[in-house]
Amino acid sequence: MSLNEEFELLRRIPMFARVEPAKLKLLAFTSERLVYAPDQELFHQGDQPDACYIIVDGDAAVMVDTPSGPLTVAKIGKNEFVGEIGVLCDVPRTATVKALTALTTLRIAKDIFLRMVSDFPTMGVEIMRVLAHRLEQTTNQLREAKAAVRH
Amino acid sequence: METNLFKYILKHTRREQVAILAIVILSQVFYFLSLDLPKTIVNRAIQGEGFDEPGATVPFLAVQFDLPEFLGFLGLPERLDLFSGLDLERIPYLVALSLLFLLLVFINGGFKLHINTQKGRMGERMLRRLRYELFDRVLRFPPHHLRKVKQAEIATMVKDEVEPLGGFIGDAFVQPAFLGGQALTALVFILAQSLYLGLVTVGILMLQGFIIPKLRVRLLRLGKQRQLTARDLAGRIAESVDGITEIHAHDASNYMRADIAARLARIFEIRFLLYQWKFAIKFLNNLLAQLTPFFFYLVGGYLAITGRLDIGGLVAVIAAYKDLPGPVKELIDWDQQRQDVQIKYEQVIEQFSPDGMMPTELQAPTRTAGPLGGPIKAANLTLIEEGGAKLLDGVSFELAIDRHVALVGPEGGGKEALAMVLSRISVLSGGSLMAGETDLGSAPEALTGRAIAYVGPDPYLFATTLRENMLYGLRYWPGRPRAPDPAEAARLSSAQAEARRTGNTELDFAADWTDYAAAGAAGPEDIDQRMIDALRVVEFDEDAYQLGLRGIVDPAHRAGLAQQIVSARAALRLKLADPALAALVEPFDRTRYNRNMTVAENLLFGTTSDPGLAAERVSDHPYVKSILARVALRAPLLAIGHKIADTMVELFADLPAGHPFFEQFSFIAADDLPDVRALLGRADKGGVAGLAAPDQDRLIALAFPYAEARHRLGLIDTDTELLLLAGRRAFVEHVPADLSAKVEFYDEAKYNAAAALQDNILFGRLAYGQAQAAQRIGQLITDVLNDLDLRAAVLQVGLDYQVGVAGKRLSQAQRQKVGLARALLKGADLLVVNGATGAMDGATQAKVLDNTLRLRKGRGVAWSLQRADMARGFDRILLLRDGKLAEQGTFAELDRPGTRFQELAASG
Repeated sequence: MSLNEEFELLRRIPMFARVEPAKLKLLAFTSERLVYAPDQELFHQGDQPDACYIIVDGDAAVMVDTPSGPLTVAKIGKNEFVGEIGVLCDVPRTATVKALTALTTLRIAKDIFLRMVSDFPTMGVEIMRVLAHRLEQTTNQLREAKAAVRH
Repeated sequence: METNLFKYILKHTRREQVAILAIVILSQVFYFLSLDLPKTIVNRAIQGEGFDEPGATVPFLAVQFDLPEFLGFLGLPERLDLFSGLDLERIPYLVALSLLFLLLVFINGGFKLHINTQKGRMGERMLRRLRYELFDRVLRFPPHHLRKVKQAEIATMVKDEVEPLGGFIGDAFVQPAFLGGQALTALVFILAQSLYLGLVTVGILMLQGFIIPKLRVRLLRLGKQRQLTARDLAGRIAESVDGITEIHAHDASNYMRADIAARLARIFEIRFLLYQWKFAIKFLNNLLAQLTPFFFYLVGGYLAITGRLDIGGLVAVIAAYKDLPGPVKELIDWDQQRQDVQIKYEQVIEQFSPDGMMPTELQAPTRTAGPLGGPIKAANLTLIEEGGAKLLDGVSFELAIDRHVALVGPEGGGKEALAMVLSRISVLSGGSLMAGETDLGSAPEALTGRAIAYVGPDPYLFATTLRENMLYGLRYWPGRPRAPDPAEAARLSSAQAEARRTGNTELDFAADWTDYAAAGAAGPEDIDQRMIDALRVVEFDEDAYQLGLRGIVDPAHRAGLAQQIVSARAALRLKLADPALAALVEPFDRTRYNRNMTVAENLLFGTTSDPGLAAERVSDHPYVKSILARVALRAPLLAIGHKIADTMVELFADLPAGHPFFEQFSFIAADDLPDVRALLGRADKGGVAGLAAPDQDRLIALAFPYAEARHRLGLIDTDTELLLLAGRRAFVEHVPADLSAKVEFYDEAKYNAAAALQDNILFGRLAYGQAQAAQRIGQLITDVLNDLDLRAAVLQVGLDYQVGVAGKRLSQAQRQKVGLARALLKGADLLVVNGATGAMDGATQAKVLDNTLRLRKGRGVAWSLQRADMARGFDRILLLRDGKLAEQGTFAELDRPGTRFQELAASG
């Protein structure tokens, strides 16, 4: 896969849809394309975060450790962004992400990601928008869950 | 040590000095003759005195002396005849006299050469002796003294400051004798010619001899200051190097610059003063010396005119006087040098004569030293620091020699001091420490250093290999002398004779000093295994293995191993045939383009030691350029470079200069970006083919670091690959001889001596973009090495690792592990560990402690522990507090409520 293909791919991700092409190309150039075999981990819960990932192809599971063993809490797939919380908040990984199928990702190293966000405000705003949207979703889910518990 | 330099010199060179002096005296006879001869030549042969009629002859080689007129009152004849000589006519007489003069020149020269050689050898011998003695004293310094003197200053003193002493020692007695004799001869000669002229000369000489030394006192004082400031400078510079981290960490570089500048200013001041003073004295000295000829011309001329002195006599006096100021001046110089070196000597000796030096006998070399007797009985141990603080205060206990004892307590409470006293690293201030019948306080180091193995918190590693550092603990006697061939044996025995003559040790450094038996090995062949065992105990074997993987193997020395590694390469290749793993590595294959290597690497396809072929310069290399031209690679590389330049300008144009991305990712430095943009503008107008040669070269240079798999710009198509492969072949075919020696091409069947061991096994590149490729391949390589039974061999390569100055290429924890392993290797009767695991993490510390105690079962251990709760595995615990033994007992006895021990253990 060439840099141009990766650039096209980044452009299709909502978070980056509105970022200028030159910046996206730079992001593609400075990130690393990584291929995972099924069952390989991208990162493990509790690790110090060093990068975030964009899924280019394949599926992955998000899992948390529970007293009764690992529990899958979500599945993610193509064009999804993962691992950004750890990088932005500088907290240990809150979950484990593991390849379910053969998986291709774009790995954006932590310092590069932070630099992009701070150097190119458009990118920062877009990421904020996506995160805020995600927060809203979670809040809704929480509200529904609370309502369900009350009944 | 003798504080007076002259006594010191005399003590060691009396016989040599006398021999040289005898030769000097003998040489004076010939010197006198050579002074007398010119007069005869001028007066008799040239002016014809005694050849009153043609055909007259004069006796040649008659041994006769003119006795000075002032001796006339003794009633001696004016001329003393010893041999009446051959009768010669005037011209043959002149020839004979001149030849005689020539002969005397040779004889005098020969004497000089011989005397100088003898002096030089004696001086060098004394210098050798002195340096050796000084170093010997360093080895016997009391520990507290070494805390006060800077190591660079000691080195400067041994190396530089005693150096002028060597030159002087040869001259110490001979020079005044020789020069004094010469001056005296000349003086006597002048006196013999004319009493008045002689008296004038004597008068001025006395003036010279009186004034000049007076003036030189100040010179000496300045010299002393110069020596001290220079020594300080050396110390401070060494300190700056050692403390470079602090300098960077605190932005202290300018403070240090100012410090050194201030010192240099002071040194400049002293040196310039010295210089001025020196030349002022020189001026005066010359003036006085020139005063004498003034009198000669005046008084001598008058005497000659009035007929009381013949012309030949005056010429000879002046000739003799020419030889006089030289020796006199040198004599004065010698006197100054004498005072100078005496001061230097005293200053050095003072530094090397601290109180409390270890007696020589304690370090006498011995082949064997008995085992340590038991039990260890400590009575009233007291250790007082210089400041007066009591580190140990009346500590008494008794220990079985084969048990494990833990020393615990608060930091500085005495556990560290006790560990150091037990191994006699610190010398007791009071009390007694017995091991069986032996008093450890006065036992030879041969016992304390072999039967006891001490490891401190910061074990020192020497700047050599890991192996040499491990063996350091076993080198106390040259147990296996080398078996030299006859020529070398002769050299060895003469070297030993010379060593004896200069008071140096005669033990042969080149012998094998390692005590293999102490380490439980039969000899050099299985000592490596013992070392590896010891490294396993301290949890360093994995580190050593990794060092081995990264190590360089010289196939000339380890042909077998190199061959085995090549087999491992094949075995790994077989494993990589598994489709799940194949993608992780792109192997080296001469017939295929490697997309995980750069263009430059693909062309060269080997390793090189030629700096001209380094990545940043390779495109300028003339041979590389010729290859590009030969296989028509310029045009495609130009196109690739053009696209790279285009992309870089697009990607990085908006970034501010100095942005870290330039450094990390860009092919073009921020400063060059505007240039490249202009270049691209020119290319747009006239096409790349129309660009000037330097512009083209610049674009081509951009193509060299490009690796398709990494940079993913899609620039290398199949045709370009084929061309680059043609370039690779051409590179090998036409490589010139001088370059060929510096390049080793990748060859599937050959070990590459310039590449690391693991790179030789891998023989390819890790593929970009494969998750955890490095770890997975690392595991595969380990598996292959284990399958082939090569792990031990890799560990041996790890033992070849150069640890760097003071072991700085290892981490502190690693240094501690090596220090402990070195102590374990000795197989000592008592192992004393003084907080030597502090830099390791908690889990490792526990494991190392556990492994060590298991290994040492039945043999003594005294371990000063950081944390009291680590004492569980020990037979006995001594708790020290404020220098006193506060509690002792087994873990069970002490681990009760209310004990100090439990309190300590609870606080961590």
